[in-house]
Amino acid sequence: MTENKPLIKIRDVHFSRGSKLIFDGVNMDIQRGKVTAIMGPSGTGKTTLLKLIGGQLRPSKGSIEVDGRDVHKLRHAELYKLRKRMGMLFQSGALLTDISVFDNVAYPLREHTKLPETMIRHLVLMKLQAVGLRGARDLMPSELSGGMARRVALARAIALDPMMIMYDEPFTGQDPISMGVLVQLIKVLNDALGLSSIVVSHDVQETCAIADYVYLVSNGKVVDHGSPADLAQSESQWSQQFMQGMADGPVPFHYAAREYASDLLGVNE
Amino acid sequence: MVGYLQGLGARSLGMFERLGRGAVFFINILLCIPSVLVRPRLLVAQLHSVGVLSFSLIVVAGLFVGMVLALQGFYTLSDFGAEGMLGVMVAASLVRELGPVVAALLFAGRAGSALTAEIGLMKATEQLSGMEMMAVDPVARIMAPRFLAGLLSMPILATLFSAVGILGGYFIGVGLLGIDEGGYWSQMQAKIDFNQDIMNGLIKSIVFGWVVTWIAVFEGYDAIPTSEGVSRATTRTVVHSAFAVLLLDFILTALMFGDI
Ligand SMILES: Nc1ncnc2c1ncn2[C@@H]1O[C@H](COP(=O)(O)OP(=O)(O)O)[C@@H](O)[C@H]1O
Ligand SMILES: [Mg+2]
Repeated sequence: MTENKPLIKIRDVHFSRGSKLIFDGVNMDIQRGKVTAIMGPSGTGKTTLLKLIGGQLRPSKGSIEVDGRDVHKLRHAELYKLRKRMGMLFQSGALLTDISVFDNVAYPLREHTKLPETMIRHLVLMKLQAVGLRGARDLMPSELSGGMARRVALARAIALDPMMIMYDEPFTGQDPISMGVLVQLIKVLNDALGLSSIVVSHDVQETCAIADYVYLVSNGKVVDHGSPADLAQSESQWSQQFMQGMADGPVPFHYAAREYASDLLGVNE
Repeated sequence: MVGYLQGLGARSLGMFERLGRGAVFFINILLCIPSVLVRPRLLVAQLHSVGVLSFSLIVVAGLFVGMVLALQGFYTLSDFGAEGMLGVMVAASLVRELGPVVAALLFAGRAGSALTAEIGLMKATEQLSGMEMMAVDPVARIMAPRFLAGLLSMPILATLFSAVGILGGYFIGVGLLGIDEGGYWSQMQAKIDFNQDIMNGLIKSIVFGWVVTWIAVFEGYDAIPTSEGVSRATTRTVVHSAFAVLLLDFILTALMFGDI
C-alpha cells in the first residue's frame, strides 16, 4: 500500500541560521529502497538538511514527512520512536569516545531493548561482521582510523534494523581503499537489508556510482535532479560545472571582492 | 554613543536570553533526575570523576588553609591572652565561610572546567547529536548524572575541607605554637553550634554545588561546537562560577548571620 509512496517528502522547506537564509523553498521526494544522493558545495546546508529530516532542527516554513508522519508535528516521545527507525551516520562518526567499539554498537540495543546480554553479543558481532570489523571490537574509538570509525558508526546505525540511513559525507577525507569499502558497503547494505539510503556528499564520482537518484542543491534551492545519467547530460551550466568539477563557471572562482586593481593600490572605496 | 547604547542593550538582552535558556535547561535536568536514579551506574561513574578526583586537591588545600588560619589567628589572639580560643576561631572560620567557599572555588576550577570541556567536546564531535539520533536523550544520559554528582559531591568536599583544616590548625596551634591541646578541642566543642555553624555551612555548600555544577554543565551544553568555542566556555565556567559563589556567599551570610 505505502510501497510506492516516497519514504520522505520534503515540501517547501525554509530555514535560516540567524540572518542567513539556508533553505529557500526546498522540495524533494526520497524513494523507498533506493540510494538517493544529495550533492552540493560545502556550506550549502546538506548537514542541516539531514538534521531537519531527523527533527533536530525545525524549519521556519514547510513540512517534512517521514513514512507518512510530519516530523515536526510529532510529540517528543513519538519523535524518539521514529528516530529509532532512522539511522544516521555523522561526518565524524560521532562514536562515544569513552566506551569500546563493542559497547558503542551495543549502545542503542541496551538503551532501547531488554534483550539478554548473550543476544546483544550475537547482534553486535553480526553487525560488526557486516562492516568487516568484528576483530576490532575491543578497540577504543581513539584507536580507529577515520574509515574504521565510520564503519563502526555504520554498524551502530544498523543495530536497531532501521528503515533508512542518512550518510553525512561518508567519503570525505578517506583514502582510496576506505573510500571503495564505504561505497561498496552503502550499496550492499541498502540492497541486502532493504534499506532506503540518503547519501549527502560532494564526491561526485563515488556518489554517482551508487546513487539511483540525485538532487543537486545550491544557494538554498534544488537546482537540478534526476538519475546520474540524466544529470551528466543536463542542460544546466551549473550542473555541468559541479558534476565535472570545473573551477570557474556559474559558481565564480573568486569570492565577491572589490575590483582587483583598486584593491592592490589600496584605494579606499 | 547611540551605537554604544545599542550594543549595551543587545548584550543585556543576550544575557537575559541565555539566563532563560539556562533556566529551561535546569528544569529539563530536574525532569531527568528520576531516570538517573534507576541507572545508578551512570551516577557512580560521575561521582568518581567529579567528586573522588577532587579529593586530593581539597585535602591539601584544606590542610594549608587551616595551618595559615592558626598562624594568623594566634598572632592576634595572643595579644589579648586568648590563645585558648584558637580552636574556635579556626573551626568557625572554616565551617562557616572558608570551607564552603574555598572548596567551591577549587571545585569550579577542578571539576567544573572539566565538565564543561568534556560536554563541549562531546557536542563538537557530534556525540550529543549522535545520541539524539539514536533516540537517546543526552540531557538524561549525560547532563543529569553529572549535575547530580556535582550536587552530591560539593557538601562532602566542603566538609572534608573544614575537617582537614581544623586538623591543620591543630598541628600548628598545638604542635608548633604550644597551646593547650585539651583547650583547642573543648573550646571548639563548646562554642561551635550545630545549627548556627555546621548546618548553615552545609546549606552554603549545597547551594554552591548547585550553582557551580549548573553553570558548568550548561556552559558545555551551550558551547559553540568548535575548539575555540569550547575553550571560551571553559573559561566562562570558572569565571562565572567564582562570581556566583562569592555573590551567593554574601547573600547567604547576610541572611544567616546578618541579625546577630
Ligand atoms: N550550529 C550552527 N550555528 C550557526 N550556523 C551554522 C551552524 N551549523 C552550521 N551553520 C552554518 O550553516 C551553513 C550550512 O552548514 P552545513 O549544513 O554544515 O553545510 P554542509 O553540510 O553543506 O557543508 C553553513 O554556512 C554554516 O556556517
Ligand atoms: Mg556538512
